[in-house]
Amino acid sequence: MSAMQDYQSSLSDVSSRKFETFSYLPEMDAASIRKQVEYIVSKGWNPAIEHTEPENAFGHYWYMWKLPMFGETDVDLILAEAEACHKAHPANHVRLVGFDNYKQSKGAEMVVYRGKPV
Amino acid sequence: MPKDGVKSYSAGVKEYRETYWTPEYTPRDTDFLACFKIIPQEGVPREEAAAAVAAESSTGTWTTVWTDLLTDLDHYKGRAYAIEDVPGSDEAFYAFIAYPIDLFEEGSVVNVMTSLVGNVFGFKAVRALRLEDVRIPIAYVMTCGGPPHGIQVERDIMNKYGRPLLGCTIKPKLGLSAKNYGRACYEGLRGGLDFTKDDENVNSQPFMRWRQRFDFVMEAIHKAEAETGERKGHYLNVTAPTPEEMYKRAEYAKELGAPIIMHDYLTGGFTANTGLANWCRDNGMLLHIHRAMHAVLDRNPNHGIHFRVLTKMLRLSGGDHLHTGTVVGKLEGDRASTLGWIDLLREKCIKEDRSRGIFFDQDWGSMPGAFAVASGGIHVWHMPALVNIFGDDAVLQFGGGTLGHPWGNAAGAAANRVAVEACVQARNEGRELEKEGKDILTAAAKSSPELATAMETWKEIKFEFDTVDKLDVQHR
Repeated sequence: MSAMQDYQSSLSDVSSRKFETFSYLPEMDAASIRKQVEYIVSKGWNPAIEHTEPENAFGHYWYMWKLPMFGETDVDLILAEAEACHKAHPANHVRLVGFDNYKQSKGAEMVVYRGKPV
Repeated sequence: MPKDGVKSYSAGVKEYRETYWTPEYTPRDTDFLACFKIIPQEGVPREEAAAAVAAESSTGTWTTVWTDLLTDLDHYKGRAYAIEDVPGSDEAFYAFIAYPIDLFEEGSVVNVMTSLVGNVFGFKAVRALRLEDVRIPIAYVMTCGGPPHGIQVERDIMNKYGRPLLGCTIKPKLGLSAKNYGRACYEGLRGGLDFTKDDENVNSQPFMRWRQRFDFVMEAIHKAEAETGERKGHYLNVTAPTPEEMYKRAEYAKELGAPIIMHDYLTGGFTANTGLANWCRDNGMLLHIHRAMHAVLDRNPNHGIHFRVLTKMLRLSGGDHLHTGTVVGKLEGDRASTLGWIDLLREKCIKEDRSRGIFFDQDWGSMPGAFAVASGGIHVWHMPALVNIFGDDAVLQFGGGTLGHPWGNAAGAAANRVAVEACVQARNEGRELEKEGKDILTAAAKSSPELATAMETWKEIKFEFDTVDKLDVQHR
């Protein structure tokens, strides 16, 4: 058994701030993000991109990047929108959403570009 | 003499089947339907036993009474309309009974249960009796409040999407001081849990009164939220000796800004539960439901009430979470059967499926579904199976599997959070969780020393006892 470790997390350490699903895993590479987009498309959900300053991530409403891509199934196009949002707001968290209009909820939501912790 | 076709009074004991066995009857959409498993006393024919159960759970009594003729008993009576063999049993049979909707007060689970599982369960003509399933007509469903919020609203309030939620029951279940208890909650929440939970028998004992527990736990929630940037909750158990005391505690939880409270719906009772669910709806409070005492009612395969019925009754009475068993942990639960009642709890419309123990189609209309809660003897190694079995709309609760981590609660919580996210990511990629579980967890542990340590700690623990209450199948 490995030696006991302290759990690194505090109010003063900004890297303690998480942002829900997948934020406890290492940042995903491009191939992994593509698979999650494929999952959203395969479920028939409507993809959308949202972003926020990391210090405002706790709020329910992030900024919408354009409108949700209703009915969009082109994975490259969805990835391109996420990237465009990231380029326009490089310090922000950028998240990928899959809107499930039957459940009137988000079937998936994950940050795909991590902003600079503040 | 009365005219032909007009009933006259003749005192005495009639055979039940003359009145209550009606194999020609086609149930109406508005009828309540029930499937009972009956073991009759020796010498009692099946039709007579089925009719007796129909009678005793509706209008009948043991002898004819003159006041029967003051009403239209043919309208109000329950009707045994079908009988089937129970696969694998020589003595038991299924009796299907239809009840007119007028027999039940609107919105009253109490009244439904008092009729269906009341006096009839002590009735001498049957040796054993089990209520296997009920079909609640949609017309009646719409008279009940149901879950105060439901799955979708809870996701929105708590801001959790695309994964099961994670919880932890604080242990030891009894004996901690309020301040130490709040510490245990804080550590779990800061490590990545969404919820911590009062155990069912934590109410307001001398060692920890409810008010101090609520105060300290709320500080834990606030600090963990500020620290992690995520929304957190703790199921504050408001189960109390009296309804007045229950509401007092609920009001204080609301005053403190708690997002969720908890109730034990069987020991607390359906009256208390339905009232509390209505209060929660009015006050924007989520409601977690524990099921202490359920195994007394549902574990014996020949006598009692099946848990799928208790699940339906909770959905009518109201709750946003319900414990359903884990399939894989330390507590009882057959997989197919558990999947059946999980659907009954969460889905809109559930079709008859005998391979999962579901005897009737059940339409819930617009009534929201509730989260299934898997809790009891589970740890990180169970995560792949749990995500596969339960899907996203579940709360996976690791008590010992969080607090028993060698580095403490925060590390235990982080291990579970990393594990659940790794499993969800893999599932979304199309990987088979139960086959590839070990690889998925091992890969995730490379970047999480907390998970690696959890995997070393719990690798060998298994609960390999056979299930007592199995589905009725031929080979038994």
